[in-house]
This record gives sequence, C-alpha cells and structure tokens, in this order.
Amino acid sequence: MIERELVIIGGGPAGLSAAYGAYQNGVKDILIIERDSRLGGILNQCIHNGFGLHKFKEELTGPEYAQRYIDLIQQTDVEVKSDTMVLDLTKDKIIHCISSEDGYQTIKAKAIILAMGCRERTRGAICIPGSRCAGIYTAGAAQKYCNIDGYLVGKKVVILGSGDIGLIMARRMVLEGATVAADVELCPYSNGLNRNVVQCLNDFNIPLYLSHTVTDIVSDEKNGRVSKVIISKVDENRKPIPGTETEIECDTLLLSVGLIPENELSQNAEIEIDPRTKGPIVYDNLETSVEGIFACGNVLHVHDLVDFVSLEAEKAGKKVAEYLNEGEKYATLIKVENREQVGYTVPQYIRKVNLDNDTVQISFRVRSPMKNKRIVLESEGKEIASFPRLHLAPSEMENIKIKKSKLRDVAVLSVSIKEMQR
Amino acid sequence: MEKEYDFIIVGCGITGASIALELSKFETNILILESSNDVSMGTTKANSGIIHGGYDPKPDTLMARLNVEGSKLTEELAKVLNFHYNQVGSLVVGSTESDHQKINELFEHGRTSKIPGLRLLKTKKEVHDLEPNLNDNFDYALFSPTAAIVAPWEECLAFAQTAVGNGADIKLNSKVTKIERSDSMYIVTAGGKKYSGKYVINCAGTHADLVYKLALGKEAEKSFQIVPCKGEYYLLDKNQGNLVSHVIFQTPSPLGKGVLVAPTIHNNLIVGPNADFEVSRRDDTSTVQKNIKYVAESAVRSVPSINFRENIRNFSGVRATLKDYDDFIIAESKYLPNFYNFAGIKSPGLSCGPAFGKELVRIMGSKFTFKKNKSFRYFPLPKYFKELSDEEKKKAIEKDKRFGRIVCRCESITEGEIIRAMHSIIPGKTIDGIKRRTNAGMGRCQSGFCGPRVFELIKKEFNLPADQVLLDRNGSNVVVAKTKGGKVR
Repeated sequence: MIERELVIIGGGPAGLSAAYGAYQNGVKDILIIERDSRLGGILNQCIHNGFGLHKFKEELTGPEYAQRYIDLIQQTDVEVKSDTMVLDLTKDKIIHCISSEDGYQTIKAKAIILAMGCRERTRGAICIPGSRCAGIYTAGAAQKYCNIDGYLVGKKVVILGSGDIGLIMARRMVLEGATVAADVELCPYSNGLNRNVVQCLNDFNIPLYLSHTVTDIVSDEKNGRVSKVIISKVDENRKPIPGTETEIECDTLLLSVGLIPENELSQNAEIEIDPRTKGPIVYDNLETSVEGIFACGNVLHVHDLVDFVSLEAEKAGKKVAEYLNEGEKYATLIKVENREQVGYTVPQYIRKVNLDNDTVQISFRVRSPMKNKRIVLESEGKEIASFPRLHLAPSEMENIKIKKSKLRDVAVLSVSIKEMQR
Repeated sequence: MEKEYDFIIVGCGITGASIALELSKFETNILILESSNDVSMGTTKANSGIIHGGYDPKPDTLMARLNVEGSKLTEELAKVLNFHYNQVGSLVVGSTESDHQKINELFEHGRTSKIPGLRLLKTKKEVHDLEPNLNDNFDYALFSPTAAIVAPWEECLAFAQTAVGNGADIKLNSKVTKIERSDSMYIVTAGGKKYSGKYVINCAGTHADLVYKLALGKEAEKSFQIVPCKGEYYLLDKNQGNLVSHVIFQTPSPLGKGVLVAPTIHNNLIVGPNADFEVSRRDDTSTVQKNIKYVAESAVRSVPSINFRENIRNFSGVRATLKDYDDFIIAESKYLPNFYNFAGIKSPGLSCGPAFGKELVRIMGSKFTFKKNKSFRYFPLPKYFKELSDEEKKKAIEKDKRFGRIVCRCESITEGEIIRAMHSIIPGKTIDGIKRRTNAGMGRCQSGFCGPRVFELIKKEFNLPADQVLLDRNGSNVVVAKTKGGKVR
C-alpha cells in the first residue's frame, strides 16, 4: 500500500485551493486525485465570465479562474493523478482508486480533504410526470454538450428552475442560436444571483414565470423528443393549481432544480452527514466526524460563488497543516444551531481551542428573501453579536465572522434572522 | 426474398427471446423480428422485475403452471447466462380479517401448485422479525422463499444473444406490416422486407392482437383483444434499498396485486405499480401525476419510512391485458395452421420466462421434428467490472487500459465495459441500450455526468454524425446541431 501525508479527492476549485492552502502552510507530501483528464472540475465548462471578483478582484471566465490555481499548483511539488477515480474510502483513511495508468491501487493517507463537489438534481428527484422521451437534460449536462463538445441539445428550450446554471444556460442557448421560450420557477423569487437574472434573462427578453412549475411533458408522435411542456401556477404551498395550465411548444427542457453534494465516498467512510446541507458535519477547522478527514467546497455545502469555495478550501488546507503538525484537538464543543429563517450552518460545531486568537467563520443560507434585517448570534437567549443586512436571499450564501474569545462561555450558539433594531 | 426460415418469431421481449433460446437448442432456422431498435423494449424492460413464487394465479391456469416451471428455470439460467438474479423471497402482508382470508387462499393456491417452502407468518412478531420497517399493523403474511428479483432486460438480452449466438437471425427496426400465406409458408413483411417461414410465433406483447389481425383479418378480433393497462413506478436511491429485504406485496384486491415495495438487483428500491386503463397508446409509457401520487400513498401503507425525496426515476410499463379473459393464451390459431399466439403475456409473464419456449415445444409436439443442435452453447453476459475481485480488476486493466477508466461515476462502470457492450452479439447502440447492458447511467445522477461521455463513445465507435446518436428509441436524438463554434484568439 502506498502511504501519503495528504490526499485531496477532487481537482476542481475546492481541491486545487485546498492543495495550495496546505502547501503554503508547510505540508510537503500532497496528492490530488482527479477523475477527469484535466484539473479544474466544472469550471472548465463554465466559459462565461463573472468568476474571481472577490478572490482576484477581476472578472475571469471559469477556465481562466481554474488556470490561476493550476498555475499556482504547478509551481509547487503537489502531485496530481488525473483520470483516476476513487472507488472507495474507509474511515482508516484508505483510498481505493483506479486508473488506466496505475490500475487498481490503495493509498493510506495521514489526512484527507474531501473536495468532490456536487451533482445536479434530476427529473426523478422532483418527479416531473409525462413522457419518458429524449430532450430533457440537467442544465449542467446541456452545458457540457454545448461548451465542451460543441453541440446544441435543442432549438426551442424551456428551462425549469432559475438556479445559476439554468440562467447561464438560458443565455448560452440563445447565443448559440436556440430560442428560450420561458424560464419557469417554482418559488415566488429567483433562485439564482440577481446579476444572472438581469444579464441572462432580462437582457435577452426571456420571460421568467415565478410560482410556476412543469406539470406535464408531451412528446412527438414517435415518442422520441419533447414536443411541448405544460406549465401550471402553484399555490403558496407550491402545489399546482388546476385550471392554470399553459402549453409551451419546445423540443427541450433543461432542469436547474438544485445541486446535491456528492457524499457517497464520505458515507463509505462513515462520516456523519448533515441532512440539511447533505454534506459532512464539520468542526470550525472543517474536519469531519472522522479524525483527519476534512471537507470543503460544494461537497460540504453548495456555494454560490467559486471565490468562496476557494477561500473555504484554502482554509481547509491550512487547518490540515495544523492537524498534521499538532494532531487531533480534543476540546469541549459549541453546538451551532440554525434558528428563524436560517436553513443550516457550516460549521455545525466549534471546538473550544485557541480561544484567544481564533476567529470562526459561519456560513449559511436564509430560507426566503428579506430586506433590512439582522443576523443575530445568541446563547441562552443572550445576544452575542449582530450583523445588519440590507438584503438577504436564499440564492446568496451568508458569511459571518466572530472572535472565539466571545464564545468562552457558550455551549449552544444559535444563528437567526431578526428585525432591525430601531 | 431472403432465406426460408423454419420459425419467424414476432417480437423480442421476454416471450420471443425465451422461445428463440429454446428453439436454438434444436436444428432450426430462426428469424426474430423486432419493431424497436433493441430487444426488451416493451413490457419486458418496464415492470417490477420480480420472479414470483407462483401462488397468485389459480392452480389450474397456464399462468400458475408456467410460473412454477419458469421460476425454477430462471434460477438455473441466471447462473449459466450470468444475468443478475437474487432469490430474496417475498411476503404478502395483511392486517384485516379479509386480508387473512385472502392470504390463506393464496397459500392454498400455492400448495396445490406445489410451490416449495411456502409458509404462513401468523403473528405481528414473526412478520416484523423478518421485515422490521413494515407498517406496524401487519400481523399476517404469506412467505414465499423462492420469489426472486432480476433485471428483466438482462435476462431477455441473454436469451436473445444465446439464440443469435447459435445461429438465429435477428432483425431490429422491423415492424411487421403484413402477413400472407402461400404454399404452406408465411410471407411476413417487416421493415419493408419480406421474409418467409413455416411457423409464425406471435410474441408481440401489447401488439399481439394487431399482429394476429394482420394474418387473419378482422376475424382475429373474435379470438382475443388486448386492453393496454399502464403501471407506474418509482425507483429510489440505493440509500433506500435496504428498507426491505424481501419483495413486499399488499394483499391483492380485485384491482390487482397492489403496490409492491422491493429491493432491486442493483440495490435500489422499487415501488409500484398502479393499474391505469386510461392509456392513450399501446406504447404510452408516460407517467401521470395522479398515478405516481397514488403509488406513493399506497406504498407508505406497507413501508411508512420510504423517503420519496430520494426518488431517482419514475417510469411506466404497459401490460398486455386481455379483454374479458384472465389467463395467457398460448395456442396454435384455430384458423391459421402453424401460426402460434402467445397473447396476454402480462404478470407473471416475466416469471414464466424460460417456460414459454418449453411450452411451445410441448404444444407443437410432433408437428416439427425437434432434432438436438449438438453445437448449442450458452452465451453468458459479461460480469460487471465492479463485481470482479481486486486481482481480476488489475488483470483486466493490464489487458485493456479502458477498464481503468470509469465513465459512469454513480455505478462505477468503465469505458472497457461500454465498448464491450457496443460489440456484444446484439450490440448496444444507444445511450439507454448501453445502460441496459452495462448499468451506466442507472445511478443517482441518471446519466447527467456519463450521458455526454457515452454519447461521444457511441459516436466514435459507430462513426455516427452527432445528430444521429440516440438516447433510446428511434427519434430520440440527443443533440440537434453543432454550436456556432468559436475562434481561437
């Protein structure tokens, strides 16, 4: 069995940033395992711009953003095994992987960073009834066909969901010569970034049907491809309202209905998963419930911006370096709880160590759009900190920071959204 | 006109494939005509995937006799042909007095049909010891240890490939449009070509009455009519696959066997079906909101903890239900000599599987001289790469590097397996054809990731233009055009 100090599973933005963070903090023996033939992950098919505004203070395309980190990694002695798939992971940190080059291998690591990213929710996940024909794709799959392989999956498109990939694909399909008849969104608000709604729908005169959903898919005579979809209005419980059906002729339905962290390997390693994030439960150093296995990026919780993935992953790299130097840090825990309007928190636990120096970052998303509110941290009903926000939306991840010194006496820290104080 | 055949089999679902397999054990010239672009495309690929114990049909029926025979043969053939089969056993569960009565009745049916191992579970404890996740109210059950789960499309493919491997001809995309008779031969027009054969075996599933009508004319309507009846399903993620370890049936009602909950051979959970006669077409495999809702609501009465948020796919299949007749029709036509109908093959049709071929040979008796084909051999399906030992995996990759490249991440299916499926005896030429042969795309991401990769492999391997690569049946093109293309700066 091969022995390594740090193995990072996944060579997308999270894996690359984590490797860089670990390297910067003195980890010498780092291996990235990537299943694709090149590094960069999903960024490679995100050829639109808008990446890097936070991290690099400039607007980059996805491949350009990835290349920044690939260049950084290439100047180090971080090793990359591409075209290599991890088949299994155990809680003893043994990785089973396979590649054409090296065949079937097992690797024992002192520390592991999970950076496997996420996958798209499918038609099945949301049970869209109707014909079982072709012409129905997740937005990301259509993006791969379009931007990597050079094919258009259809000429007249309806998009269900207004997540960012869906919005981006609406514009892309138009630019490549298709028409986009509608974007249909179940919620009464868009689930993508506002800038994407403006730049991808509004600027291209694509109608956005809020509080609507696809209730049937009809195929052509041969049962071959989509010929139209039926959309219906939904009530406040998001159930279709009978009698509100409208037909839209199209040959393609793209789905942008959410992302799910890919934690099958994590589960093999018996890592505890948070049902809210569908990612591992982590401490403030991004370590999972299995000692020495860390997680960052979309495998941990779905991010809105890659810049935040990089920041989180670099931190995971740094914390792994600390772990490799100092070992496991046993300490009393602070439980972080999500309360009113807060969907989840990462981390879920804070260790009471380095109380004098450390700052904790808490990331989360709100449950619905709001204006003029405060993010409030409380312990036993006592307010510990408050962060005013002019605007909050489920499509945007919130990040707040608090000095650990303020948490000295805290056992349970709750995060909620409250009214502005007068 | 091409060569003269002894047998022309119309339809290559489980019935046609089983008959082809059996006939290929003898010195015969066989032609299989299939209207779709692959085998197993009708009812065979869209059902519960259950080999029933055989207690359900009344003992004196064809259904009962062939089910008992078929279930035993299926077990044997699974080993020889390497299709996935797992004898998990089944439970019919009940709670009310009338449930108990009905279950007792099934038990008696089963005893008369000599089904091995049948046993009644008469207490809550016995039932829940076997299946702890069942609804608390079940206190009575019929346990049938020989019930099994299979991948029906694999079974059908293995049968058909063995027949073709032993010399049978198969013509896909060959919908039968005309059947004439001349000089004691049948001339069958299919896919625009004419074929002649001494015997026609009608295994056309939901279209069997239409095929018979082509041969006999309007008179055929008096013999039997098919009333298509749709059944819809959920297929749930593997994280739900352990909720039950047996096939769980509710106590049957006049409406049918009810909604079952069962593990699948790929470790998912299958839930369904309903029975919907409001079918617009015989190939209407759409799903309907109210039906899938009904299926989910029925299933939680058996297993309350099913998490339908973990659904990965809904699908539906159409049953070839006969109008006013509740058994298979398996017989030579009264009007057309040497024309054999296999009609009304619905549940437990899959369970009968290999018995259909045996039954044909029996009913033909001395009408054909069945001389053993001495060179007959079975053509087993290849083992999945992920099912190999670590040592075998290493060897496979050393021999062919493509086995080291995972294409389907969810199911860990390699490029080597996908390429192999494209060159099997009956090749997989579509994305779903590859799926049925390798399991690529069957997982939780539903080919979101591997779809475009399998697409590229098909395009390259068969040298197809991109817009001719199909998802599944004809007309199901995956892409429609090239993008405008960009210029490199």
